[in-house]
Amino acid sequence: MDSRNPTESPIVTEQNPEPQADPRADLGHTRPMVSVAGEPAAKPAKRGREIGNIELQGLSAYYGSNRAVRNVSLGFDSAKVTAIIGPSGCGKSTMVRCINRMHEEIAGARSEGKVLLDGLDLYDPRIDIVAVRRSVGMVFQKPNPFPTMSVIDNVTAGLRLTGASRGELDDRAREALVGAGLWDEVKDRLKAPGAGLSGGQQQRLCIARALAVDPEVLLMDEPCSALDPVATLKIEELIGELKERVTIVIVTHNMQQAARVADTTVFMLNGELVEVGPTDEIFTNPNDDRTEQYVTGKFG
Amino acid sequence: MSHALLMDRGNLKRRNRISKVVGGASTIAALLAVAVLLIVVGSVLLKGIGALSLHFLTTPTALFGESGGGISNAIVGTGIMVGLAALMAIPVGLLVAIYTTEFASTRLAHPIRFVLDLLNGVPTIITGIFVYGLLVAGKHQSGFAASVALAIIMLPIVARTAQEVLTLVPGTLKEAAHALGIAPWRATMRVTLPTAAGGLLTGALLAVARVAGETAPLILLSSIFSPGVRTEPGEALASIPIFIFQSSESPSPEAHTQAWAAALILIAFVLVLNIVARVFYARSRKRMGA
Repeated sequence: MDSRNPTESPIVTEQNPEPQADPRADLGHTRPMVSVAGEPAAKPAKRGREIGNIELQGLSAYYGSNRAVRNVSLGFDSAKVTAIIGPSGCGKSTMVRCINRMHEEIAGARSEGKVLLDGLDLYDPRIDIVAVRRSVGMVFQKPNPFPTMSVIDNVTAGLRLTGASRGELDDRAREALVGAGLWDEVKDRLKAPGAGLSGGQQQRLCIARALAVDPEVLLMDEPCSALDPVATLKIEELIGELKERVTIVIVTHNMQQAARVADTTVFMLNGELVEVGPTDEIFTNPNDDRTEQYVTGKFG
Repeated sequence: MSHALLMDRGNLKRRNRISKVVGGASTIAALLAVAVLLIVVGSVLLKGIGALSLHFLTTPTALFGESGGGISNAIVGTGIMVGLAALMAIPVGLLVAIYTTEFASTRLAHPIRFVLDLLNGVPTIITGIFVYGLLVAGKHQSGFAASVALAIIMLPIVARTAQEVLTLVPGTLKEAAHALGIAPWRATMRVTLPTAAGGLLTGALLAVARVAGETAPLILLSSIFSPGVRTEPGEALASIPIFIFQSSESPSPEAHTQAWAAALILIAFVLVLNIVARVFYARSRKRMGA
């Protein structure tokens, strides 16, 4: 268990000033929401962050007969960053992968229960799975830029099927790169291969790629576990900026990270939801003994 | 602790000896394989290089009883038949591979894989007879019939290598594409195929190299041809393997040398294709982080 990360040091806070451009300067446009087939697709969505609320109702997820997530009911508030902590194999990632329906891609995997995005059940048979993923983006553990694509093509990969013009794509790509705090570092090498960036840059490229599609929710599955402390810090700062525009759910093994970035923390154990509450409460004064033991390093 | 325990004696000595014997035997076996290739290529080179000339490459086969002549008609014929076969087999093979790796359920993909392996094991003379019954019996031989047979031989090679390469594409990339809300077929076209492109090309080139020297079906399907350079696939076309076969059966020593020279051309062609294929494959693996 890498629940403690001794290499994290507060010294790094002072270096690497982030790009000064305000990432939220021109984000006033609307975007299509997930829609039920046959109903009007684009509902004007205000940026007041009253959208992007996720609610899990009695969610269970299986790999074959193995029940990895057990009857979890939980809400993710659009205005807050939620961290999910718990020992390896406790179902954190699986639960998160149910939110954008990536779980069912695995052979033999299935789920029960409901996942509501702003009241709409994402598992309704009329819901299109591709549309779900455009509304609920995801960043993975290891940076996975498309190796055949340039930096800019990576960012626009998810957008190109909308038939947007080249100029529009460039604008959206720039906006996403600024949003991911990567613009200043890559603006002179947009045509270079995305795989040529450093690990931390690659991960922010993946965040930019996810942001470019303009999702309501951004799922981050241990986004820093393959990164060094400096790159980790940048991503954490980024999370703080991004929570204004997307609901963020972050799975992490690193409890300090949860304490730093999250407003709400969820503790899971053996597929079950043990406790959910404000982050400082979970870490200082949890209700459940198991939570206390875990956050104090007594097991896991 | 006694130093004797750390020395090369008794049981340890025996084990070291066995290790040396096994290591030596496998080294010799590996050298043998290389030696066989060197002997084959070397003898073809020695015996064929004499007859090799620009004239040989640019002149059609001499008529019966005449001397001189070359293999231009055979080169053109082989090019046309292999080219047509590639046009038929490569797209179908790639689609089969995409279907089995990207879209089919495991229950369907496994039987398809097995069938492709079986098809790969069918003796080529049987493929030849099958196409003979289909396209030649009652009609006449044609380059097209031969290319159909070659395509059937190529198909499992293209499909199986493409399957192997496509499964090498990291699942994380496909996941990334899916998580962006890219529809599955677009993810295949935009992400999986470009990532695997080098490896797919390798499979196609190896399949071409494999059928370029295929002889058995050509004997049945395109071996009785008119003299001179022919380009019409509707009629029988000359080919390098058939040239080698027919020249080596001739009593004239000059024809034998020509057979060796044609063999040299064929080997060189296959060798170059294999090397190019290797280069693409290496690049592709690097790109996929393997």
